[in-house]
Amino acid sequence: MTELILASVLTVVPPIMTMMTAATPLVFAATGELICEKSGVLNLGVEGMMLIGAVFGFATAAVTGSASLGLLAAAVAGMLASLIFAVLTLTLLSNQVATGLALTIFGTGLSALVGFDYVGETIERIGTVHLPFLSDIPVIGRLVFGHDPLVYLGILVLLGSGWFLNHSRWGMVLRAVGDSDVSAHAIGYPVVAIRFAAVSFGGLMAGLGGGYLSLIYTPLWAENMTAGRGWIALALVVFASWRPGRVLFGAILFGGITIAQLNAQAAGLGIPAAFMSMLPYIATIVVLVLISRDAIRIRLNAPACLGKPFRAER
Amino acid sequence: MFRLEPRSTRSYTAAWASPVLALVLTAVTGGVIFMAMGKDPGAALYLYFVEPLTTGSGLSEVAVKAGPLVLIGIGLSFGFRAGVWNIGAEGQYIAGAIAGGGLAVYWHQSESALLLPAMLLLGTIGGMTCAAIPALLKTRFNANEILVSLMLVYVAELLLVHLVQGPWRNPQGWGFPGTRMFPDAGTLPLLLRGQRLHLGSVIVLAAPFIAWFVLARTRFGFRIKVFGQAPLAARHSGVSSGRIVWQTLLIGGGLAGLAGVIEAAGTIGQLMPKISPGYGFTAIIVAFLGRLHPLGVLLAGIAIAVTYIGGEGAQISAGLPKAVTGLFQGIILFYLLAFDLFTRYRIVLPTRDTIQE
Amino acid sequence: MTDQPLLSLKGIRKTFPGCVANDAVDLDVAAGEIHALLGENGAGKSTLVKIIYGVLRPDDGEIRWQGATARIHNPAQARQLGIGMVFQHFSLFEAMTVLENIALALPREDTSVLRKRLRDTADAYGLDLNPERHVYDLSMGERQRIEIVRCLLQDPKLLILDEPTSVLTPQEVDALFATLRSLAAEGRSILYISHKLEEVRTLCDKATILRAGRRVDDCIPASETARSLAEKMIGRRLEPIAHQAIAKNDSVTGISVSGLEVQSDQPHGVDLKDINLEVHGGEILGIAGIAGNGQVEIMGALSGETGAPRAGQIRILDTDVTHLGPVERRLLGAVFVPEERIGHAAVADLTLVDNSYLTAAGRMKFSSHGLINWSSVSEFAQTVVRDFDVRTTGVDALASSLSGGNLQKFIVGREILQEPQVLVVSQPTWGVDAGAAAAIHEQIQKLAKAGAAVLMISQDLDEIFLLSQRIAVISQGTLSAATPVGDATPEDIGLLMGARHTQEPENPRVPA
Repeated sequence: MTELILASVLTVVPPIMTMMTAATPLVFAATGELICEKSGVLNLGVEGMMLIGAVFGFATAAVTGSASLGLLAAAVAGMLASLIFAVLTLTLLSNQVATGLALTIFGTGLSALVGFDYVGETIERIGTVHLPFLSDIPVIGRLVFGHDPLVYLGILVLLGSGWFLNHSRWGMVLRAVGDSDVSAHAIGYPVVAIRFAAVSFGGLMAGLGGGYLSLIYTPLWAENMTAGRGWIALALVVFASWRPGRVLFGAILFGGITIAQLNAQAAGLGIPAAFMSMLPYIATIVVLVLISRDAIRIRLNAPACLGKPFRAER
Repeated sequence: MFRLEPRSTRSYTAAWASPVLALVLTAVTGGVIFMAMGKDPGAALYLYFVEPLTTGSGLSEVAVKAGPLVLIGIGLSFGFRAGVWNIGAEGQYIAGAIAGGGLAVYWHQSESALLLPAMLLLGTIGGMTCAAIPALLKTRFNANEILVSLMLVYVAELLLVHLVQGPWRNPQGWGFPGTRMFPDAGTLPLLLRGQRLHLGSVIVLAAPFIAWFVLARTRFGFRIKVFGQAPLAARHSGVSSGRIVWQTLLIGGGLAGLAGVIEAAGTIGQLMPKISPGYGFTAIIVAFLGRLHPLGVLLAGIAIAVTYIGGEGAQISAGLPKAVTGLFQGIILFYLLAFDLFTRYRIVLPTRDTIQE
Repeated sequence: MTDQPLLSLKGIRKTFPGCVANDAVDLDVAAGEIHALLGENGAGKSTLVKIIYGVLRPDDGEIRWQGATARIHNPAQARQLGIGMVFQHFSLFEAMTVLENIALALPREDTSVLRKRLRDTADAYGLDLNPERHVYDLSMGERQRIEIVRCLLQDPKLLILDEPTSVLTPQEVDALFATLRSLAAEGRSILYISHKLEEVRTLCDKATILRAGRRVDDCIPASETARSLAEKMIGRRLEPIAHQAIAKNDSVTGISVSGLEVQSDQPHGVDLKDINLEVHGGEILGIAGIAGNGQVEIMGALSGETGAPRAGQIRILDTDVTHLGPVERRLLGAVFVPEERIGHAAVADLTLVDNSYLTAAGRMKFSSHGLINWSSVSEFAQTVVRDFDVRTTGVDALASSLSGGNLQKFIVGREILQEPQVLVVSQPTWGVDAGAAAAIHEQIQKLAKAGAAVLMISQDLDEIFLLSQRIAVISQGTLSAATPVGDATPEDIGLLMGARHTQEPENPRVPA
């Protein structure tokens, strides 16, 4: 009897692990965007930054043979891309929605160009963390300690962001800037500089999320390989009501749906594959509808300055 | 550092000069990119921006490509003026092609003169239906139209792939994904012998002028403008925000759907897994490059179409990856957004004696 | 008081595009002195204090602090010197707690220590505050206390207050003055910015008067009369506006509201509870109250912008309009002037012609079958500009290019020229210079005299008493019964305005 239970549990374990790996790119991208939005900046370019991260990460790994260097390159590339957005919206006061779209279009084109020579190439993937004893604990060991290091980093970054926002002084300042840029400026905080930092962090995280996809999750480069994950990350931030804890929950939920539909396709349930593939996108819409119904609550939770340009009068 | 001073009136010179300047600077940037890729920048730029305009077939192809861009761009400019961010035009385009093209698939032996008009109508309705979902969810549940319309792009793409691989696959197609070729009665007639230019381009050409009249002279056009600039003032003057969201999304979706069915019935002649090189997304750039002005959108659509054709030509004759086109489009938009500043602010450089140090 | 002034300004000049905000301004503030900076709206008071506080940089001139030349580049530096400032528009963060709001303005400090210091300071000066509450929950008076405590915790030598009483009830004003006097008694200086003469006379030791960006005089307010101060401030002799006796016409009921309940659609809005009112033809009903007590909601309900109310009935000219939209209500004969000029009453980036079409389209029949007749709109806009003396380069100028006063004249003119039988106007002269304010008041009275029913919402008690025949007070979403102006004193009205604070128990939550 116990053996039977154990066996059935073990068949479930790999999906849970893959669920975490499917969730990790979303965890990175959504955490970055959350911090960015908390400072009052809406960057719709997450998809583009993820693609840029994915392609530069992959190319670096392919050239140097080091996946770790690849991840570093992915993060830096994502951040540089976000700086274009920051200069346009924060220094030149362009419309944030339009500029974010431009960043996504730019990132799609740039990544396709850079990745042109890398389509179909493979690289060595980063191994999982094997902790002596801990990873050998049956079931739980594989469940909790058998992932690649980035999964833990993602969770760490997320928890760290939660602590930063609610318990650190600079986190408080960041929230203040997102709540009232005019007041923060009047008190004497450098609103634009703080937003630059927040946008860069968003880019860094989106790049890392993209790099995770091309270096660890698949690992290969294909045009448009993010397949809307950047947009789902944006939806997750709304879903989470701008609270880091809920981002994790949402990311795992979406990771789960992604894996579940893949498994269901493999199992051949008779439902056309295309319809199964639609599930994550339809789930995003459903979640958005459920969470947005109370308009006043959304407006209470959303940073009051989200998306508004700020010009310091001197 | 420089200082920004708001202008008391908008600068029309800056408004018209900035798209032109953006195009020029994109070409310069493109030259630098080509150099970095080890290509002769002059020759490559010629391939991209000039070559398509030098031959009859090039011009015809530009018109064919500009068609969907202009049509979708016009539709989107209604929404963008009103601050309704429909970025799922790609999905509405596909939905239009599916709805209109499906008619030709089912009546593939039809010779009725009504087939083509019915297809165009159904295609428009298909696009509208796809856009009605974000409109409904926005007005009923306050769901963000950007994300909903975008998610539907993926859904529409997957649906199309499913249809052309499954129920609608050509039985005589040797297993290749794709429907039967549409019957003649369901195909837009060609205008020139040996060229792909078809009747659809004429339909497209009417759109900017109609849109211009609507925006400049009608109460509806005025309301869209006010709603986009000051939603509270619009409400004060009696404009219902729900109505504007519905109207602009249906216009955007309808025109995108029409573009989709025109492409299927004109340029392609059947449904395939991929029927768009990203027209729905590129049209966003076209709309902005044309400053959301219908006639500007017409010019911008033609300009962007040139880079599409140039990109194809450059791929064939110089081995340049087609993706460069996408990169150029992003860069154009960046430059344009940067120059937008000059229409709203003037730049003041501080001189020594104005600041007390 | 020592010989050397604490703060001394010499020849301060500051220009903005198209206007000189300050020109050759001198100002001396002695230690322990309550010094008034007196001037009309637009005289340059706010600009000058922003320069002192390092928010703006002067184009020219010198600032001396305790005898030494000081360069104040930012507010942090100003605070280091010992300058604290309470802005007219508070620099608070609505979604954050009182404690966080205070911590943000101070150097890093342990939370529990700060909480104790906050309580001690608040107790010492009688400034009651709960550190754990969110700002959006607080009244204007409470918000101002946060700002003051925030300054006091930095032990300032100079405290600047910009129009501090404009959002307070008369009773709250008394409490504030007591606090300020005890601060001055400790040797701190106070720079008190106001355009209210009586306040300056009661509170201040000295006054510097600004007019059109220039210093016109220094004086001792106690030895001046309100009238002499006003004449210095405005620069000409004042013609007293006689209170107009208007023949009320009971046979015409302009607006009649009964049992109105509205749920606010604002994030931190106030719900309206059982509102009843009637305005007859030929009379002006004034609704007094401190901003944020339901004025926005009542305006939205009357104009029909915010949709059908939860309960109750609104009648305009004896027609039930409860379920009608703004367009239909205008066609019946009612016009509306909301509080926000830019973005609500007018669109900044549209021309005056466009802005005329905005609300006059229906009554003036500017479009038929959906097509707009732009030439007749343009004619109408020109009439508004001419009849209401709107200073502008032409009807094709953008609304944003007009000064506040001129834009308000345009907006009021646009509505009045539609010959309405009902006018609902909110804060008609908020932030408007005296000349324009007088012109607007005159036009409103003229309209009422011609038989229209006027409902005026204002937080300026002077304006309420000047124009209204009857006065009602809105507080926390409830409206008091209207009293004839002869039977009401500003003190009575003030008590009603502050009703919430005396009736409601304090927040029961115990701070951790």
